[in-house]
Order: sequence, then structure tokens, then C-alpha cells
Amino acid sequence: MSDKVKVTIDGITVEVEPGISILNAARQIGGDVVPPAMCYYSKLEGSGGKCRTCLVKVSKGSEKDPRPMPKLVASCRTNVMDGMEVQNITSPEVVEARKGVVEILLINHPLDCPICDQAGECHLQDLAFEHGSEATRYEFERRTFDRIDIGDKIQLHMTRCILCYRCVYTADQITNNRVHGVLGRGDASEISTYIEKAIDNDFSGNVIDVCPVGALTDRTFRFKNRVWFTKPVDAHRDCPTCSGKVTLWYKGADVLRVTARKDQFGEAEEFICNTCRFDTKQTGDWVIEGPRNISNNSVISANHYETLRPLPVVQNNALLQEANKEQFERATKF
Amino acid sequence: MGRKLLLEHINVPGINTFDVYRQQGGYRAVEKALKTLSPEAIVEEVKKSGLRGRGGAGFPTGMKWSFLAKPEGKARYLVCNADESEPGTFKDRYLMTYIPHLLIEGMIVSSFALGAAVSYIYVRGEMMPQIRILERAIAEAKNAGFLGKNILGSGYDLELYVQPGGGAYICGEETALIESLEGKRGNPRIKPPFPAISGLYGCPTVVNNVESIAAVVPIINDGGEEYAKVGIGRSTGTKLISAGGNLAKPGVYEIELGLPVEEFIYSEEYCGGIANGKRLKAVVAGGSSVPVLPANLILKTVNGEKRLMSYESLADGGFVSGSMMGSGGFIAFDEDQCMVRNTWNFSRFYHHESCGQCSPCREGTGWMEKVLHRIEYGHGKYSDIDLLVDVSRKIEGNTICPLGDAAAWPVASAIRHFRDEFEWHITHPAEAVKRNFGLAHYADPLPPVAEPA
Repeated sequence: MSDKVKVTIDGITVEVEPGISILNAARQIGGDVVPPAMCYYSKLEGSGGKCRTCLVKVSKGSEKDPRPMPKLVASCRTNVMDGMEVQNITSPEVVEARKGVVEILLINHPLDCPICDQAGECHLQDLAFEHGSEATRYEFERRTFDRIDIGDKIQLHMTRCILCYRCVYTADQITNNRVHGVLGRGDASEISTYIEKAIDNDFSGNVIDVCPVGALTDRTFRFKNRVWFTKPVDAHRDCPTCSGKVTLWYKGADVLRVTARKDQFGEAEEFICNTCRFDTKQTGDWVIEGPRNISNNSVISANHYETLRPLPVVQNNALLQEANKEQFERATKF
Repeated sequence: MGRKLLLEHINVPGINTFDVYRQQGGYRAVEKALKTLSPEAIVEEVKKSGLRGRGGAGFPTGMKWSFLAKPEGKARYLVCNADESEPGTFKDRYLMTYIPHLLIEGMIVSSFALGAAVSYIYVRGEMMPQIRILERAIAEAKNAGFLGKNILGSGYDLELYVQPGGGAYICGEETALIESLEGKRGNPRIKPPFPAISGLYGCPTVVNNVESIAAVVPIINDGGEEYAKVGIGRSTGTKLISAGGNLAKPGVYEIELGLPVEEFIYSEEYCGGIANGKRLKAVVAGGSSVPVLPANLILKTVNGEKRLMSYESLADGGFVSGSMMGSGGFIAFDEDQCMVRNTWNFSRFYHHESCGQCSPCREGTGWMEKVLHRIEYGHGKYSDIDLLVDVSRKIEGNTICPLGDAAAWPVASAIRHFRDEFEWHITHPAEAVKRNFGLAHYADPLPPVAEPA
């Protein structure tokens, strides 16, 4: 007997290890059937289940017990069973619920994308673009907080936070003594270090990478540039504390910021230390590996090297084509 | 006169002390259970009794106990949920104040049945007097040899602790209660795993309401089958009802399940009708979380049958025309009460008590509260009513714990049954802040059921 289990997601059957979550099974299929996840982070133990964007419908529990699950379930925290059938984008109920969750996530979000450093690589932005509606029905004053500096490198802007708890788990799991948590209750909850104490840990910078929105930002990169104008390049260095495998974000010849390498689901492959992230911003510090592949769906890849893929409107216009080519060459020079 | 199983001796002076309680036949169940019954036999008796959880969900207690995992070498825990904080419910506080030994006795028997060597009573922090009462009662029971090492020479050891909570509604949810008991922030856990597999400190745990545990005492004394004779259908036994609102005689009543709602409200034995000779407008039958029903629907079901105080009858009609037994917080509204204001008040409560962990509840409860506040104070729009229904639907069922449902149901049901009143608040904003909508047609007899053609 094989120890793999069969699970069908939106009509696509896949064989996976038993005991993994529906979300991870869907990620093995890839493409459109992967539910969005704002709070789940595969590297963080205990994360997930909070944002409710990954809700799916289980139309058949398992081969043994074919009853459907009574409610929509969070796919990141529900494990697959043999013969399970899951509906994600094929279920109108799920699409509707997800739209509701996105609307609810956005009602207190400031929508200050034009001045937010996260714009362009913000999961909430992608999510709202895919599942949200263009207008809000919320007509009240939005919740606001003062900005807090967590140490001299990280800034917390709670107004943008969606309380995914990822940074809390990160801070919990990188240090033994908990220095980061949630204060308050309900919609007055806020992420905070107790008494605004700076997180003093070699890996504290990773809270910036795990943050799906612009609530935790890199103070060394704040307002330096829009991410889609910078060029990601994979590089490594011999680092005594971490693996040293990073992505450098170039603008011209300058390294504007350093982040961990993020996979197609926006998750860091390996956490990096603060020295790599904040203190080594010279090309000479690094061994360059090559350009970082960014998914074609991302705005960051919009005018990047690789291929020239003109928009339909450009294809029919010789003038635009010429201009585009020029831009492309200029952009790929570095 | 209905049978009283829990509050039989409530009027005996000094029943809160160990000696008087013992004289009245207290702690018989402990003697019987520890000396003559095996733990499995007790679970079997509770199963036979058909006792259903008294905290709100109505899940059969015997079933819950039999699901408890029993791995070797791991402690098991019984936790009594005395975090009673549902608006309209005050039965557990009454029971703990006036007859604390009933709870202690139930805890001993239940802990023995589940094989727990340490049990906790988690009491909401605001109930400090009750915490003192329980601690005193535990000390008395310990002195008499009913707690501690080798109880009554049976070789069974039990330590019972009272743990004050911080006073949060969410800590009445069993996994949040366990988190809080462990000393963490009271956020509900994501299930599975269920507490029966991995609860307190990762050990198998059963969490039961105060009343459910107290009800184990008459079950053991008289036998499960005897207990099952009281009540109606699958709603067996007696239930404490916290009657509140505009009733002539509000208070805690012990009723046999199956009592007609009409009799409960109007008979002299129970609530004695509506206060000041007014007319009944609406009832919340089981604490603020359950759907509210207008007077005509609470007295009769849509089929024209009498509605009874039982799990099934109150839920008859589902969410369209029914409600739920809930925790037994019976709130009556007379003709002068404003349903919009009341709905706003409830949703203000849920907004305040949401733990903030999952997004639909954290953001949605606040949104509903703000919209309801606007309608109540005469700034509402027609679209607000549909907006409320839509938001409540987006919260319901999409959250980690049942608080989201509890916040959505009162709003959705109030709009379903009292839509006229909401609309009147919007069309007559100036009037709505000065006077109430009144009874309108909410007590009119229901139309006869059409014969199926």
C-alpha cells in the first residue's frame, strides 16, 4: 500500500504525503487553484487560520467518511484525507466568502499604497486586485495608530496591519524570550513589543520579510524607491550567522536593500541575519549569482530583462514599440 | 409544580455550608460513585441520561466524555467552565453563590469518571465573591475528606482549583478558556485538534459548563434512566433558566424541559407575566447569541404548535422562524422596547468582546455596530439594512470560533423579524429618537398554515 493519499482540488487529483494541509496540497498543483494565504507561513510553526482568505469547501471528507464538512474550512490548517474532494475557485460559495473576507480586511486598511514601501510586493494589494471589489461600503472613520520605531532599523505602522500574527510567530521562534506580541483585543488589537522595547536579535529583520503588508518596513529603505524600479539580483556571502543567501535590490549601481529570497508564494526560503540585511550594502560584500526570477504576474517584473513582452496596445503601434525597446534597453543595462 | 433536581434544597437555610448540604443528602453521589461504580459505568449512566451540555451548544455530555482520549502516561483534565458571560445568562452565578457544594460534588464525580487527578473551575474574574465562596466550599469538602488524597478510602486522589479569569467573554469558548488557564492570551485555538485529544497543557481535556457538571449529581443519585424520564424527547432533565427583561418576576428558575414557553412566561409559578401589565413584544430565548423571535413566533411555531422550552422545539423552524435553547438566558422585551437599540446593544457587546484573532469577526463586528448605531440615532440609509444582512452573512461560519456566529445571528434575526421597525427608523429619523415603534403586529396570531395542495 502506498503511503500517499489522493486529494482532488477543483477536479485536479494529486497524490500527496498524508498529514499535510489542503493549502500545501494545492501548492503542489500550483496555478489558480492555490488559495491565497495572508497569515499562513510554512516556515513558522503555528501560523495560519487567522486571516480566513484561504477558505475552501470540502465537498467530500474522505474515502472512509464521504460526508462534506458543514462549514468552509481554512485550507492552511485542515489536513488532507485520502479521497478528499475540495472546491476552491469552482465553488461560488468560496468565491463569495473570500470576497467578503477581502472586503473586511480592507475596511480598516488605509489604502495608502501610493506612499507605502510595500506597494508592488504587497500580498494584500494582490489579493484585493484579484478578489476585491473596486468600491468599499464602509463609510466610517478608519482605525489609525501612531508609527512606532522598533529599534533603529525597523518601523511598525500598525494602521496598515492586518493582524496576521506572522511577525509574532517569527519573533517567538527566533528568540527564546518573547519580546513581541499582541496587545489589546478585538479591532483595537495591536502588534507591539512590550513598552516599545527594541527587538534586539540577530534575526529580527525577518519580521519585515514575513509581513504581508506594509506594516513592518525597513527603515534603511524607507522612501528610497518603488520596488518595481529596482532590480533583484541573487547573491551570497560567507556569513557566520546565517546562510548568507539573499536577494539584492539594485537601483543603478547602488544596493538599496537586501531581503531574503522569496519563493513564488512570497515566503522567504531562508531567514537571513541583520548584518546581511542592514549593514552590508556594497556590491563588494557579495558574490553575485545572477538575476532573480520574479513571477510574470508581479509588477516588479513589469519592465525587466529576460524577454520583451509588449502589451497588445504596444504591438500595434510602431512608435510605442520603439519607445518600449529603448526603455527595455535602458532598464537592462545594469 | 415541576420537578426540581438541582435547586431542590435551595431554600434550606445555610445550604451553602458543607454541614447543611450534607444533612440534605449531599455528597451521596460521591459516595455512590467512588464506592460502587467504575468510571466507565458513570460515563455510561451519563450517556443513558441523555444530558446535553448546558453551556449553549447542547452537545450530549456523555458523548463528549466518551470521546476523551486516554493515552498511557498522560494526565487528563476536567475543566469547569464558569466563565458565564453571555448577556442575559446568570444561572451559573446563582448556582455557585447559593449551592456551591453541588458543583463541587459534581466535579468530584465527573473527575473520577474521566480519571482526572487535577481539575479546575475557571471562573470569570468579575465574579470575585463566587470565587471566594467556591474556595471556601473546596476547603470544607477537603476537611471532610471528599477532596485530596485517597477520597473516602477509595484510593482516588483529586485536587480541585479555582482559577479566576480576566473577565473576557471569549474565554467562555473552550479552547480560549484552556489558553487562558495556561496563562496565555485568551485566543481560541484552531480546531482540530479538539480538546478531547489535546487540550490543557497538550493533554486530553473535557470542558463542561457549571450546570452540566451539577446535573451529574442527580444522574448518579437516581440513575441515568430515571433522569431521562424528566423532560421531553431528546431534551432530558431540568434546565436552569435565567429569566430577565420586562418580566413580573425575573430570576433563575429550574424548569423541566418541555414546559410550554407561554406557561413559563405567564404562569404564577414562573415569571408571572410581563411587568406593569404590558404586552410581550419579543423574546431572546437562550442568551444574546441566539436569534431573537417576535412574540407570536416564540409562543407558537409556524405549524401552529405550542412552542416548548426544549432544545428541539425552540429550534423548530431553523433560522427562518426558530431560535435556540442556548445557555438559557431568557430575555423578554415588552412593547416599549426598541429592537434596533437592543440589536445595537448586543452588537456593541460582540464588538467589544471579539478577540481580534481572525479578520471577519475583528473587523465585521465593529462594522455592524457602527451601522446599527447610525440607524438607531437616525442617520441610517435604506441600503444599511441589506448591508447589515450581507456583513452578518460574511462573518457567519467563516470564523475560528463560534463568536462570529454569535455576533451575526442576533443582527440577522432582528432584521428578519423586525424589518419594519428598522425601516421606520430610517424613514422617520426624527421620530425614532423620540419614541419607540411599539408593538405593531409582532404579537398578531400567525397566519394559518396553508394546506399543501
